Amino acid sequence: MLRIILVTGLLNLSACASVQPWEKGLLAKPSMALVADENEIFLDEHIYFSKEASTGGQGVGGGGCGCN
Amino acid sequence: MQLKKTQCAYMNTQTNHADNDNTLSIKSKLTMATCALLQAGTPAAQAETGDWDIDTAFLYYSEADSRVSVFEPVVSASKEINEDEFLNFKVIYDVLTGSTPYGAIPTQSEQTFTNPSGVGNYTTAAGELPLNSSFRDTRVALGADWVIPIDRLKRVSIGGNFSKEYDFNSVSASVNYAQDSSDRNSTYSLGLAYTADEWDPIGGKNPELTFMRIGGTDQNGKGGTDSKDTTDFMLGLTQVISRSTIMQFNLGFSNSSGYLSDPYRFVSVLQNDGSLTNTLPTNARPYLYEKRPDKRNRNTFFWRTVHHLNEDVINFSYRYFTDDWGINSHTLDFRYRYELGGKHYLQPHLRYYSQSSADFFANYLLESNVTTTDFISADYRLSEFTSTTAGLKYGYEMSNNSEFTIRAELMNQSYTVQDTVLTTQQGLDIAPDLSAIIFQMGYNFYW
Repeated sequence: MLRIILVTGLLNLSACASVQPWEKGLLAKPSMALVADENEIFLDEHIYFSKEASTGGQGVGGGGCGCN
Repeated sequence: MQLKKTQCAYMNTQTNHADNDNTLSIKSKLTMATCALLQAGTPAAQAETGDWDIDTAFLYYSEADSRVSVFEPVVSASKEINEDEFLNFKVIYDVLTGSTPYGAIPTQSEQTFTNPSGVGNYTTAAGELPLNSSFRDTRVALGADWVIPIDRLKRVSIGGNFSKEYDFNSVSASVNYAQDSSDRNSTYSLGLAYTADEWDPIGGKNPELTFMRIGGTDQNGKGGTDSKDTTDFMLGLTQVISRSTIMQFNLGFSNSSGYLSDPYRFVSVLQNDGSLTNTLPTNARPYLYEKRPDKRNRNTFFWRTVHHLNEDVINFSYRYFTDDWGINSHTLDFRYRYELGGKHYLQPHLRYYSQSSADFFANYLLESNVTTTDFISADYRLSEFTSTTAGLKYGYEMSNNSEFTIRAELMNQSYTVQDTVLTTQQGLDIAPDLSAIIFQMGYNFYW
């Protein structure tokens, strides 16, 4: 599964045409941010960190918690 | 979200900057990574330089059957102090109440347990999942992050955070470096973080792999504190794929060492027929305090795609997680922002999670195996299970650059029973499902 995703991802990357600065209007919209609502994702990560064995993936650091 | 809005706005109209790593707000740095790529996009400045960008949220999380409830307000504040140089702060306050399982399974008779303090006792009715109702805690966490531009294409950020609970303290520091390609269609990033945690359990630490002692009697060496350290390393790539699609790829490596057990959890010790053991030391109960390995390596692969349709936006992510405790997991997350028009939107959210169990997870321990066990935990979070979440969010962008959001979600976890259900356990649900509601309100504004 991991391999498939990596390969697919790399193929996608190599296939992407260079997007010019003046073509980035849609990408610049706040709703197109990787994380459009920071607190929402922050709170979700906190919930799932305390209820599941997996953590991380989106970045390093993060507050410690005795909940897991 | 506001962090990014302001910062994106600057990105769009001025020079770039971007991926930092805010210890407390992993996501803000991600957003900044995207922003960097959009340097020459549409002008959308929403705030003047020098304004504080304030993001507030309130979370209510509540599990069914009077289990854990959490009230959690969060306030984030961000300000551009110089061109492309930002300060971010975050304050979190957690209040937890309710009942939580500590690892024992239901039996056909009433069960009695010792309180974590080692002083009192509590009982659970026959056939019921044992829960400790004395569980309550408050947590305060503070974080700060400083994003410093190096030149047109490079920036670094340093951050730190601190949290304090009644029985747990944590301190961490992180540094991140990010660099854009010359066409600003790619951002490469490196992140490093170090976290030091300390346990100071109520009544002191329980000696691992020893039997629980009756409350009020000699507690068999219970006492003291313990600590663990974690180092995280991450490689990231954010890539513009097309005019309407952006992707993010992260590889994460994490190493923890020290006291990785849970100081309150234990496992039921059973006879071959499934009844609780009678082979016990003086003043002991048939529950053995858990023990986990003192090292853990975790690796993650994370992929996110954000795609703009005619009006709406799809945000999809997948995470693969694996560790050397035997746990592998897959996480799929899908959010669809549906524009209602007039600055209103709805956002359905679906999340699916599946994990395998830790090598040392067990629903119970047979009395014949007590002396040969090196590691064991009956923590349901280390078992094989699936978790699904479905929810809906409503958002309204007000004219003065402020935004109001509200969401409600339902989560359900369903666990796989790993061990054979013994004779006297027949008919009992030894790993009942868990369901919870998630309710959140948010408001952000510039000040």
